[in-house]
Amino acid sequence: MTAVDTKQDIQHWSDWKARMPKDWLAPAREAAMARFEALGFPTTRHEEWKYTSTAPIARQSFVAPSADAKVTAADLDRYLFAEQPGALAVFVNGRFSDSLSDLSALPKGITVMSLAAALESQRDVLEPHLTKHADYREHAFCALNTALFTDGIFVHVSEGTLVERPLHVLYLTTPSDDPTAAFPRNIYIAEPNSKVRLVETYGGQNGSVYFNNAVTEFVARDNAIIDHYQVQRESTDAFQVSTRQVFQTRDSNVSSHTLAFGGRLVRNNINTLLDGENANCMFNGLSVLRGEQHVDNHLRVDHAQPHCNSWEFFKGIYDDSSRGAFCGRIIVREDAQKTDAKQSNMSLLLSRDAMIDTKPQLEILADDVKCTHGATVGQLDDEAIFYLRSRGVSVDAARSLLIYAFAGESIGQVRIAALRDKLQDLLSERLHYGESLTFGRPFEYSDDFADLVRAADRRRET
Amino acid sequence: MLEITNLHAQIGDHKILKGINLTINPGEVHSIMGPNGSGKSTLASVLAGNENFEVTEGSITFNGKDVLELAAEERAWEGIFLAFQYPVEIPGVSTSYFLKAAMNAMRKNKGLPEIEAAEFLKLVEQKSKMVALDDRLMGRAINEGFSGGEKKRNEVFQMAMMEPKLGILDETDSGLDIDALKIVANGVNKLRGPDRSFIVVTHYQRLLDYIVPDYVHVLVDGRIVKSGDKTLALELEKKGYAGIIAESGAAQPVG
Ligand SMILES: Nc1ncnc2c1ncn2[C@@H]1O[C@H](COP(=O)(O)OP(=O)(O)OP(=O)(O)O)[C@@H](O)[C@H]1O
Ligand SMILES: [Mg+2]
Repeated sequence: MTAVDTKQDIQHWSDWKARMPKDWLAPAREAAMARFEALGFPTTRHEEWKYTSTAPIARQSFVAPSADAKVTAADLDRYLFAEQPGALAVFVNGRFSDSLSDLSALPKGITVMSLAAALESQRDVLEPHLTKHADYREHAFCALNTALFTDGIFVHVSEGTLVERPLHVLYLTTPSDDPTAAFPRNIYIAEPNSKVRLVETYGGQNGSVYFNNAVTEFVARDNAIIDHYQVQRESTDAFQVSTRQVFQTRDSNVSSHTLAFGGRLVRNNINTLLDGENANCMFNGLSVLRGEQHVDNHLRVDHAQPHCNSWEFFKGIYDDSSRGAFCGRIIVREDAQKTDAKQSNMSLLLSRDAMIDTKPQLEILADDVKCTHGATVGQLDDEAIFYLRSRGVSVDAARSLLIYAFAGESIGQVRIAALRDKLQDLLSERLHYGESLTFGRPFEYSDDFADLVRAADRRRET
Repeated sequence: MLEITNLHAQIGDHKILKGINLTINPGEVHSIMGPNGSGKSTLASVLAGNENFEVTEGSITFNGKDVLELAAEERAWEGIFLAFQYPVEIPGVSTSYFLKAAMNAMRKNKGLPEIEAAEFLKLVEQKSKMVALDDRLMGRAINEGFSGGEKKRNEVFQMAMMEPKLGILDETDSGLDIDALKIVANGVNKLRGPDRSFIVVTHYQRLLDYIVPDYVHVLVDGRIVKSGDKTLALELEKKGYAGIIAESGAAQPVG
């Protein structure tokens, strides 16, 4: 049965085995490749992959992208923000581009470089963390990435350093004759009392087929803050598997936002281990899909210590025959008393053929905890549309306005004003009901995150 | 201005309006009264273009146009405004944004450019004062968390902003205390003029002390069973619907 499938799937990858870099990580890479070969790509019979078939990825054979892709600064424009944040790191087909990047504006105390360079110069910083958090033993995609990655972004924020202006990391994939695969590997290490903001954008041209299998390890030390955004604007024929593995110690705060607009088949694995008291994490997500797009958000929040808070807030807007999946597993270990874990998944279906599967999974072993979860699936409210129309707003604009409003709460969690504007622009591009909203923003967002959380809590309670 | 002839409407198989005839001339105020469930809101919704209701017979013309051919927003552009009995809450859309969107849609239809920010703000200030609506509500999501009275005043405020030719007020007085009622009625009266007509749906004669109607119609079971001047409202108050229905029992419309 599955064993046969997986063996076939992997044959495509035998060429890749020879590409395994022979660096100081070789033992881990060998082990990871062995695990990949043993695991194969998961099938939908795998509990964690029930709603997402990896067959389209498995069927396809991928080549390594060519190194001489021509990308100019103008090609980046559509991905940049109106006011470009602090620094920009650009990867083209998985490789760091020195000429397109600008890391000159970084403050003291933060080290940003390509992982390829860091593997040489930052081994002492990397060794305790790289490949140590993201589990390649049980997860095929993580194993494949671990075996094959060559580049990605390395960010190290030293103790007490506060970096307010965001770093923008842009991954561009250029069109090619044969489908290509890349294995971005990122590592973000925030030392005690430090703060950093990161925006990752993944972009590619619609129509081009490629596979980005990314793994990012986050380390948030005591009282550190990492505020992270991933904007997915892959080609609508692209595959993306993005694994984020977060490791948090006491009093740390991590937020990671998943803003999915592109991709044919996207799987986000977002895992955190809350391994110190009073660590907090927030995972916010917005998927805006159409056509045949499929996005599966798969979360695992592991409360290993007492007094930690976790908050998962995922929304999706599904048009045409797009599909969404949300699976949020919350684990509260025996010692993790006073845990406060919240989870919500709200979906808006704009077409009869759109679909969402949602599944909360709570494993609670402690007794003094607060866990709430909720899921709603709905359509645009007819009453509201009629109300708007009766005031002269056209039916198309009324629909757009309500979709905007639905997305507004997720976009409101974004704490970078220029990114919020970008997201609203992306959203209005997507509202293909003829008329878009040409002036202003339907909602003024508050920059005060705590206010928004409180407001959301109040809504849930009533 | 408005001519309703033999209007029949239903939702699913449930027949609600069973032959309404009503003519409204420019500048007139018509009050519609009637027991719960008699079809008052249905009539208002059908006039405003709610597609949940199916019109099976009859016609509506407004300033010479066949209203039934027009979408809800087109009716708004023609100058029909419905103040809802139950204004809808729309989370995530600020009232001011919505109002601007609505006003600009109307202006676009008249071939006018988008409204200037300063002009818009001035209008908001002026018209919200008219119904004593706290203009801080403009920054909040449409009707979300508004008190009952605030919602009703917000409807009249929007009507004042839109300056329709026909204002339909569906129980705008319900849930208002006496002071708010006076304020709202006053706001409506300021809008009265030779070219603007109103349909005022209410259960209470009290409102009609302030908004004095030219005609009062009694709607029972989907039909107008009696029409008269403002004294009919007083008569209703005394005799109740039962009395009126009994009197008009013989006067069921033919056909
Ligand atoms: N959306 C709907 N679905 C099913 N039935 C409806 C719907 N709207 C109205 N009705 C029915 O149509 C009839 C008339 O309702 P309508 O709201 O027009 O009454 P009304 O005269 O406005 O009453 P009230 O004084 O209580 O506001 C009622 O029997 C009501 O239940
Ligand atoms: Mg009613």
